[in-house]
Amino acid sequence: MQITLTINDKLVIWDVEKDEILADTLRSHGLLSVKKACETSCCGLCTVWVEDKSVLSCTTLSVRAHGKKITTIEGVSKDAEDFARVLTAEGSEQCGFCSPGFVMNVLAMKKELVNPSDKEIIHYLTGNLCRCTGYMGQLRAVKTYLGVQ
Amino acid sequence: MNKVGMKSVGHGIRKIDGMAIATGKPVYTLDLAMSNALVVKILRSPHAFAKITTIDTSTAEKVEGVECILTFKDVPKERFTLAGQSYPEPSPYDRLILDEIVRYVGDEVAIIAAVDEKTALQAMKKIKVEYEVWEPVLDFEQALGHASVVHPEEDLHCNFDIGLQKEQNIASSYNEEVGDVEEELKRCSVIVEDVYYPQAQAHAMMETYRAFTSLDHTGRLVVVSSTQVPFHIRRQLARALQLPASKVRVIKPRIGGGFGGKQTGSLEAFAGMVTLKTGKPAMIIYDRKETFSCTTSRHAMRLKTRVGADQEGIIRAIDIQVLSDTGAYGEHAPTVLSCVGHYTLPLYNKTRAVRFTGNAVYTNKMPAGAFRGYGATQGTFALECTVNKLAEKLGMDPTEVRLKNISKVGETFLTGQGVLLGSTTLERCIEKGKELIGWKEKFPSRKLENSKVRAVGMAITMQGSGIANIGTASVELRLNDDGYFTLLSGATDMGTGCDTILTQMASEVLEVPMNHIIFNAGDTDTAPYDPGSYASSTTYLAGAAVVKAAEELKSKILEQGAKFLGVSVQDVEMEGLTVRTLAGEEMSLAKIAELTVLGTGKLQLVSSATHGMDISPPPYVAGFAEVEVDQETGKVELIDYVAVVDCGTVINPKLARIQAEGGIAQGIGMALYEEVIYNAVGKMASNSFMQYKIPCRKDVGKVRIAFEESFEPSGPFGAKSIGEVVANTPPPAIVHAVYNAVGVRVNHLPITPEKVFVGMQKL
Repeated sequence: MQITLTINDKLVIWDVEKDEILADTLRSHGLLSVKKACETSCCGLCTVWVEDKSVLSCTTLSVRAHGKKITTIEGVSKDAEDFARVLTAEGSEQCGFCSPGFVMNVLAMKKELVNPSDKEIIHYLTGNLCRCTGYMGQLRAVKTYLGVQ
Repeated sequence: MNKVGMKSVGHGIRKIDGMAIATGKPVYTLDLAMSNALVVKILRSPHAFAKITTIDTSTAEKVEGVECILTFKDVPKERFTLAGQSYPEPSPYDRLILDEIVRYVGDEVAIIAAVDEKTALQAMKKIKVEYEVWEPVLDFEQALGHASVVHPEEDLHCNFDIGLQKEQNIASSYNEEVGDVEEELKRCSVIVEDVYYPQAQAHAMMETYRAFTSLDHTGRLVVVSSTQVPFHIRRQLARALQLPASKVRVIKPRIGGGFGGKQTGSLEAFAGMVTLKTGKPAMIIYDRKETFSCTTSRHAMRLKTRVGADQEGIIRAIDIQVLSDTGAYGEHAPTVLSCVGHYTLPLYNKTRAVRFTGNAVYTNKMPAGAFRGYGATQGTFALECTVNKLAEKLGMDPTEVRLKNISKVGETFLTGQGVLLGSTTLERCIEKGKELIGWKEKFPSRKLENSKVRAVGMAITMQGSGIANIGTASVELRLNDDGYFTLLSGATDMGTGCDTILTQMASEVLEVPMNHIIFNAGDTDTAPYDPGSYASSTTYLAGAAVVKAAEELKSKILEQGAKFLGVSVQDVEMEGLTVRTLAGEEMSLAKIAELTVLGTGKLQLVSSATHGMDISPPPYVAGFAEVEVDQETGKVELIDYVAVVDCGTVINPKLARIQAEGGIAQGIGMALYEEVIYNAVGKMASNSFMQYKIPCRKDVGKVRIAFEESFEPSGPFGAKSIGEVVANTPPPAIVHAVYNAVGVRVNHLPITPEKVFVGMQKL
């Protein structure tokens, strides 16, 4: 069936299967930043924005996104680079595979929380798993990026 | 060489691939696969142990869009190992691509390739298989001498004697004794013993296993794979698919984590087989369930330890008996087993007798394999728990027992064959760790106002740096026609940052900025040989190869520069991308490149180096945990973890710190949360992140890393290794802290609230 979406500020009409998930749809249209890693809504890697809110695209049906505004990291490259510069200065991207989802959620948090505490940051991002870094470096990077102590 | 005045080495430089991978650029295996690639799916055994009596693919083959279905009848009959190890591999050749006998729930039965995933799955359902179901071996403590023999086949074989006795289900055995342990124990005034069960742990790297295969313009098989060991995969595929290795090219793009899991070639052969049969590109992607239940895990073990000491607390005898569960296949079985002893016995060298014996046994469960720490993790857990127990029995501070017994520079140890320790700051690591955690004030415990108790615990560990006499690394370096450099390496960056630190080292020696060096690695067609990213090798071995090659190329450049400038080589130096005479005359590298590369009869300036060592210098960690245990529920909260690391010279402080933090987190997971679990019929019950918990942001508490640098004389710039050693201390240190809090020793990992609570009821 056909769905109409605004992907990264561009209106598109795509054919999708009824049981197709958004992560697969986005990847099949070249948005390769979107990663899948758990299939059970546990890891946060597939995080994209639907109507500017973080959503797990591995468990969102593409048809559910009909008529909505979808943003992937490709659509916020300037902000993503600003944060990535801080993240990589800490070395806390490591393998990088979880970065797109993590970065999207950090950018969403920045818009939502004002001057968050460590606890609030950790709580907000807790659904973004990372097996490489142990999270400490990511916390340092997020705090530097947000300009909080 | 030391770090004073260095421009690259010792600096916390951003990874050269960092920005691309942090912003989601398409640089991983699946991002590079052709969109028309066939999708490969695997039909798997529902039984833990069975023989396929009939398999009928005829209906499945008729499904439109199915390109090929392969069963055991269609694959080469030559056995091999999936272990990514240097040839001749110590692991037994006990695999076929598909076998008539299936040995665990999830073992491969058929390979299906179709135009898309849906079609492949539809066809899979139409394959009719009948099995003769056999009694499985599920409990590894019952494997030895079990009525069922996991590997009854005649053609199972090894490259050399690893103590395999297939009728007994023993994949490998190891025995080493120096001195007379029994006699020495009799002479000890204090003896402690116990039995420990470190569990099977899943790697749970974020990028699951995947590979993409195709034929190139000359008909060669090209394999793009998320692997830590491209060269081993090439050799493995050549054997498994019965091709000359020259017909296989393996490319490693960016990898989303490995932790040892991708040192085993779990799936490349399936896609490779499809491409060879059909001539078409093919891709195979394991979902999370397959990644959990159809690849490898850490070896679960049972370790019986005995440690004896004199009244002064000097450890005189150590006895470790290991039973290791290698699962259905023997990937890494002998080497993980032997590493249990190799990476623990050298810690304490005042011993007069040591014994280390063990068996790795086959069971009908998912195979175990390489996992960060590689036996040292399990051995450290058992030995360090025992030493903590010893300290208590001696009435001594556990840190004091360590300080009295650890090996010092210039010393050897009983099983050390006379090799002298070149570097260690372990003593300083322990002292620093005590200070950071607040050991004096906090040891052993203090009750809080509520029902909670806070306590501290500690452990030390070591690893190696590369594999002595086996590990090797080669690099090639050249001055390009434009004055830039290309560094070709077989090293395999899997997120760890070795592409960056090797470039840092080359930059330091060549005295050129890092962005003047193109680092190219991970393609078996272009890179010189390197075994890959494992055994804590790359910084130490590939780093030394880079230093050698860079020094050689630099002297060639100086020689050429001097010649062009009309002076002798003693009168020139490299500075600011030029070769300069003492009088101030200079020629740019670009000009030298032009004059050496272009025109007739010229010779491009190149160098190469291969480096291997007959020693494997140990890095060290002293780990300290502070926990808070709820006496009402048994819940353990990790409050603080301090790890003080001696990895020799720190080449990149930012990347080393992250490696350490990440390793500690993985150790915390092993200590508190993670366990691969099977049900009564041998089916894995922990096959998603909903059942298998890895630490999330809320679970790691506060992790603090400090470095006490030593200078390893045999290492590049004095460096040793860091990748694995950092994973080992959390299980014993946290177990110790929990014991100090509530008096419960959890010897069977992980430390669940239930175990702590039940333990408290028994006190």
